[in-house]
Amino acid sequence: MNHAGGYIADARIRAAEWLPWVVAVLCYFFAPSYLPLGSYVLTMIIFALSLDLILGYGGIVTLGHSAYFGTGAYVAGILAARLTGEPLVGLLAGTLSAGLLGWITGIIILRTRGLALLMLTLAITSVCYEVANKATGLTGGADGLGGFSVQPILGLFKFDMFGKTAYLYCLVVLFVCWWLIRRLVYSPFGASLTGVRENNIRMHAVGAPVYQRLVISYTISAGLAGLAGALLTQTTQFVGLKVFGFELSGDLMVMLILGGVGRIYGAFVGPLVYLVAQDYLAKQFPEYWYFGIGIMLVLVVMFARGGILGIIDAGIARLRSRP
Amino acid sequence: MQAFLSSLVSVAFHGIAYGMILYVISVGLSVTMGLMGFANLAHGVFAMAGGYMMLSAMNSMGMPFPLALIAAFISVALASMVLERFLYSRLYTAGELEQVLFTIGLIFMSVAVARLLYGTLPQPVYIPDYLKGQLHFLGRDFPTYRVFLIVFSISIVGLLWFGVERTRWGAMVRAAVDYRAMAQSVGINTSRLFTLTFALGSGLAALGGALGAEIIAIQPTYPFEHLVFFLIVVAVGGLGSLRGPFVAALLIGVADTACKYWLPEFGAFFIFAATIAVLLWRPEGLFGKATA
Repeated sequence: MNHAGGYIADARIRAAEWLPWVVAVLCYFFAPSYLPLGSYVLTMIIFALSLDLILGYGGIVTLGHSAYFGTGAYVAGILAARLTGEPLVGLLAGTLSAGLLGWITGIIILRTRGLALLMLTLAITSVCYEVANKATGLTGGADGLGGFSVQPILGLFKFDMFGKTAYLYCLVVLFVCWWLIRRLVYSPFGASLTGVRENNIRMHAVGAPVYQRLVISYTISAGLAGLAGALLTQTTQFVGLKVFGFELSGDLMVMLILGGVGRIYGAFVGPLVYLVAQDYLAKQFPEYWYFGIGIMLVLVVMFARGGILGIIDAGIARLRSRP
Repeated sequence: MQAFLSSLVSVAFHGIAYGMILYVISVGLSVTMGLMGFANLAHGVFAMAGGYMMLSAMNSMGMPFPLALIAAFISVALASMVLERFLYSRLYTAGELEQVLFTIGLIFMSVAVARLLYGTLPQPVYIPDYLKGQLHFLGRDFPTYRVFLIVFSISIVGLLWFGVERTRWGAMVRAAVDYRAMAQSVGINTSRLFTLTFALGSGLAALGGALGAEIIAIQPTYPFEHLVFFLIVVAVGGLGSLRGPFVAALLIGVADTACKYWLPEFGAFFIFAATIAVLLWRPEGLFGKATA
């Protein structure tokens, strides 16, 4: 996986790294009718970032990351419906509960590898799905959980029907997450994660606590996924069983791969391109949409394993190498 | 007590029928995963394709049931051979992530094609007249088609086991599962062996999908919905073995039927919980060999 980025000594923020934020703010002013879609894209970017941390940096192939997203979403929803509609409390609760679930399951499943690990992640998600489906008193079952209200953020900013507050809320949360992950990835801890991905045996040989590092990163990643889930619940004011679905995990993986794995910004580009394209195409041609996604995955795997950003990188490198 | 006993028999009967279908579908997955180390999530696609082929052959071409089964087996086996030669074989040395993504891509495409050709509704299944009705034995009635399923699957399984345990081809497969490089160096053409084995496994999946169309409805979301069960059979049973998935498939078939019958409020919860427990206890599966 030589396309994936890794530890870089110079951790200063480069000029290009401000680009996504400029775009996001411009969208707020110039595309107001797309703000609900924008909030969803921002939420999925957080989710994709969390997957990137374990898949792109840790090298853990999982098919069940929606377990943590769903946990965060349901915890935030149930909290809002039963106790308090305070959004920051909901975010925190969603993050912590998903992180706790990630820690417990991570301790168990990270002892295995290969097919067993893949199966365990799938099975855990399926268990979560069944629980949410059958505990109708708490979760609303197949009908989903709705009808709760979310209070203004910090008591100041009310959620409006145009999704303006929701968009800015998501943007601020994403910014914090991005900053945290960036710090993490450029730290020695991030370097050791990259080491595990690149050569697990050698990391053991140099005495790195591989298992412990993986558990920590898995926990953080699960917490972030829960945060994204809670954010989705609060901005849409609804939780459905889909948040635990295998399709969500699959879609997420497709988004991340499309953008580029193991490079932070792949998690920005992927969801944006995927969801905007979906918004245009999927409603009109659902069959062709899925066929296109399938073809795209096969092509990416066969020819462009770095995703969109990988292609751009290769293009720039070719331009530079030309005399 | 009498009522409980009769429900016990009926759960066991239907569970075994379901388990046999699961086995016929999944055994190919076990062999290809064990033999080639390929995480083929798209295995359910072959089962779905088999189901659609049989139904098309019967409904629109008017083929009789046995002929339609053979047609499903052969057409899917041939198609999978092409896929293996041109696509799968390029990814044998790639990482797990690439294989997972590639096969998910295949699933997406097949779902789209199935929707385009057949629509989203489950396909109606017409069982031939001679397999309809009930068989009466031991003072009880059993649906003829399910009895046929069990008997037919057992004969396929017998044939398969004979092939793997007693023939030259089987010996080569076992050699390649145990130690691929060694098998290659004593002159076994492993890449041809892979292609043939892959085709056989996919053909069996098609047969299972076609036979089981009445139990597991044939619809476009088939490869996604039942993927977990096929994978569970293989993972719990153990990669590369024939016996392990057999035991696992029967266990899952019976347990799933029992759960649906007695504890519908829990859904498939216990199946997944048991899977987690087994995989934690033996990550290589019940009958799998620990790999270094």
